[in-house]
Amino acid sequence: MKKSPVVTIVAIGIGAALFFVLGRFVAIPSPVPNTNISTQYGLLAFMAGLFGPVAGLLIALIGHALIDFSYGWGIWWSWVIASGAAGFIMGLAARKLALGGGEFGGKQIVRFNVYQIVAHLVAWVGIAPVLDILIYQEPSDKVFLQGLMAGAANIVTTAVIGTLLCLAYSKTRPKSGSLKKED
Amino acid sequence: MTNLFNYIQRSSPIHRLTGAAKFACLLLWSLAAMTTFDTRILLPMPIVACILFFLSRIRFREVKVLFWFTFVFMVLNNALIYVFAPEHGVELYGARHVIWSGIGRFTLTQEQLFYHLNVILKYLATIPMVILFISTTQPSEFASSLNRIGVSYKIAYSVSLALRYIPDIQREYRDISTAQQARGLEMADKKQSLVKRLKNAAAMLFPLIISSMDRIELIANAMELRGFGKGKKRTWYSARPFQTADYVCVALCAGLLLLSVGMSVLRHSRYFNPFS
Amino acid sequence: MKRPVIEFRDFGFRYAAQAEATLSHIDLTIREGEKVLICGPSGCGKSTLVHCINGLIPGSYEGEITGELTINGQPYQELDVFRLSKTVGTVLQDSDGQFVGLSVGEDIAFALENDRMPLERMYVRVRETAARVGMESFLDHAPHELSGGQKQRVSLAGVMVDDVKILLFDEPLANLDPAAGKSAIELIDEIHRETGDTVVIVEHRLEDVLHRDVDRIVLMAEGRIVADMTPDELLSSSLLKENGIREPLYVTALKYAGVFITPEMRPGRIERLQLTEEDKAQVRAWYQSVPAAVPAAPGEAFLKAEKINFSYSNGKQALYDIDFSIQKGEMMSIVGKNGAGKSTFSKIICGFERPQSGRITLAGRDLSGDSIKERADHIGYVMQNPNQMISKTMIAEEVGLGLALSGKHTPEEISDCVNNTLKICGLYPFRNWPISALSFGQKKRVTVASILAMNPEIVILDEPTAGQDFRHYTDIMEFLSALNEKGITIILITHDMHLMLEYCRRAVVFSEGRRIADDTCEAILTNDAIVQRASLKKTSLSQLAQLCGIPQETEFVRRFIRWDREVRGK
Repeated sequence: MKKSPVVTIVAIGIGAALFFVLGRFVAIPSPVPNTNISTQYGLLAFMAGLFGPVAGLLIALIGHALIDFSYGWGIWWSWVIASGAAGFIMGLAARKLALGGGEFGGKQIVRFNVYQIVAHLVAWVGIAPVLDILIYQEPSDKVFLQGLMAGAANIVTTAVIGTLLCLAYSKTRPKSGSLKKED
Repeated sequence: MTNLFNYIQRSSPIHRLTGAAKFACLLLWSLAAMTTFDTRILLPMPIVACILFFLSRIRFREVKVLFWFTFVFMVLNNALIYVFAPEHGVELYGARHVIWSGIGRFTLTQEQLFYHLNVILKYLATIPMVILFISTTQPSEFASSLNRIGVSYKIAYSVSLALRYIPDIQREYRDISTAQQARGLEMADKKQSLVKRLKNAAAMLFPLIISSMDRIELIANAMELRGFGKGKKRTWYSARPFQTADYVCVALCAGLLLLSVGMSVLRHSRYFNPFS
Repeated sequence: MKRPVIEFRDFGFRYAAQAEATLSHIDLTIREGEKVLICGPSGCGKSTLVHCINGLIPGSYEGEITGELTINGQPYQELDVFRLSKTVGTVLQDSDGQFVGLSVGEDIAFALENDRMPLERMYVRVRETAARVGMESFLDHAPHELSGGQKQRVSLAGVMVDDVKILLFDEPLANLDPAAGKSAIELIDEIHRETGDTVVIVEHRLEDVLHRDVDRIVLMAEGRIVADMTPDELLSSSLLKENGIREPLYVTALKYAGVFITPEMRPGRIERLQLTEEDKAQVRAWYQSVPAAVPAAPGEAFLKAEKINFSYSNGKQALYDIDFSIQKGEMMSIVGKNGAGKSTFSKIICGFERPQSGRITLAGRDLSGDSIKERADHIGYVMQNPNQMISKTMIAEEVGLGLALSGKHTPEEISDCVNNTLKICGLYPFRNWPISALSFGQKKRVTVASILAMNPEIVILDEPTAGQDFRHYTDIMEFLSALNEKGITIILITHDMHLMLEYCRRAVVFSEGRRIADDTCEAILTNDAIVQRASLKKTSLSQLAQLCGIPQETEFVRRFIRWDREVRGK
């Protein structure tokens, strides 16, 4: 892919649009009744891994804020900020992952997942509940349990969807090497 | 899906305010509602919001779906709070006036009810304003408004791009997912294990993401070819100049935030406590 | 002689990721006010050449440049994409990608916004420029409210707003229906006359571009320029055919009739073509010598749709009382302009959408109770862009995906079926390749194979050859017609007139949600009323028949197609 600062700007816009469409319209029923799995975090980890921490932060901030806007419940700032933080931390893995060209093997899978697990823990067990307490004075048991559940679900989702997307994407990148026709 | 954010064209004083002013007001207003737990500030806010709503000539039935979403969210969240901490109010206000001793730990106290009242007021103060904002602001104005309130124009343009391509991506997703369903790929089949469903989701999303990656390069080329990113600033076709009314509104909302923060600082407490 | 504005001197370019140069030894001079067509098959380097002129190379793509390139007298080393954007305006092939604004007005203003033009001046300029492309009454429209042709006009206005002196068009016809393509070429011509700007059009659909005059045609192949001459000279030669570009049909017909074409006959445009009485007699004699086509006997309907009505959830009715039928083993087209309802109709056949009334039967059985998946066992659907269908990275996995998901087959059965399908599709030698290593045409085959593996009786393909050059087009279509001969019923949704004429006996025409014709393709394309209502285009063969005094236009077209396929099949 070409290199240019404009590419990052466009990646943020398209990434936020994808985050929005996935978060708003792609429903996978979760084991807990009446709740859905947030597939958008798999996408976020992939895009952040490809375009870096700033892109990750902004994709999540913009995408999440637009979802909240479209539902009309305003912006639940604590969770929007937590999403952004998750995107940022996931993006820190970008430089070492080199998704744009090269191998995505065992080592990279582990690295990708370590970053995403840390990102989700910081976001959902750290930032989101703390902000909920600060802003809305909600009971701490409630917000921490909510955060823990969301975090766990997002970690599983990202581990499966994010890893598969990275694997598949890295295989579409051109690599040197010879392919031979077989009879 | 032409109107994702429910913009409703009307002629009203609220519509005439510039997007940037409305966005700034929304931020200030919601910050004010967030920072305080003072019922004397929270109580008038929904009333003012309702008046503004009336002025905007938006009819309730045009936005009732949005209100419904939020109403459900509000009820659920309050129920959760109560289930987890039925005496949270008692802790916060440092007093305990029992109305009904209840069943087990589920008691009913005046303090708890008052706390819930405040939480609900916070919702009621912000929700009508958000709905008002999205119903009276052209999405084109979103991006220039962000730039106006100080966000870098490049990031503001990312927001504009997101709004531009959401409908395209949504349509593409719908096409891809039906074609994949025809091959038997399902994400919503409850008979399958969760991991299996997630794997299917990844297979379903993969074509969408690959075609989006191609799109990124193409759009970036198109933008560079028309000079995007060469200057430190840019102008916006959709931006409108500030009028007196815009300055007045922003000043009033800033005043509100100042009041909200000021009261907390002066009184060393975010709460209005009728129990002490 | 006017002064040169674009000058390549022994120029070459190699992308950093590639071993071989994409462009080599390019010598090309384009002078002020000229209108030049650059044509060549896919991969000949014409898009790279465009990137060199507009500055994306070397700015945005890494690579190695040899030789010299000057634009407006300045060497490329002194220029960058921003400076060039003031003189060179590029209209990209994909108008959805180029349309970045949320409304027409915003998009036209984009370049001015980046120049920080004050708003009052900007409004005036935008309005003026919109008027020049006929879009002034659409300024508040959002992109999805516009047709492909209108979006392209906006793209054009978006570069003209900068008062550029050189206009580059990268495959302007690729995504347009025939009538929109025709008016795009007319608009480009008009602007060229009015402004005197230099115009460079890159396109492999030669005949459609030659609907209006061009000064020169530059023919490229494998990164080099193989011809640089006037249309009259080029069409008198055999260079086009040798380099995989389709000649205008009337030129091919003249050659079949044994007419020797010289530049003096002015073959560049059929309106100007000079034929002697002798030449005309030769064409007539050829027409008489080709055996008449035998009309097919009507058979029994296999898939049948009756009185289909459909409205979208927003209440807009998309289809009115559609009747449709296809016989077993037939290959037919559904044609009409974008938005005429042809895609909606195919989605209804596949069960992706449910009609409000009407019924669909397959071999007499009502399909209305079947799920999407159950219908897919009988009717397969192949999307236009193969990248939208491919979910796996390896070919064998992708082709076997449907079978694996059904859970009814053992791994051995799946692998047998996949191998058989790959053999039918000519992909067996590639079975262990990653899909990313394949060309567009091969990817298309993979998606067709992945549908065939599920053993459907009918396959519907949406624009199977969109954006493909003549060689890939022939490849894909010969492949599909070979499948058809094996007994698969095929429905093609297209607005490519050549495709329907050459490969289908019958076509159904949609216009504004109604079926307005169901006839043989030649009869449809020689019927003025239908051609106009459905935004189709008459072929130049009709004009040639008239010119040569052959009153049976339809039969002339029919015989030409038969003859042509026989010759090309050899």
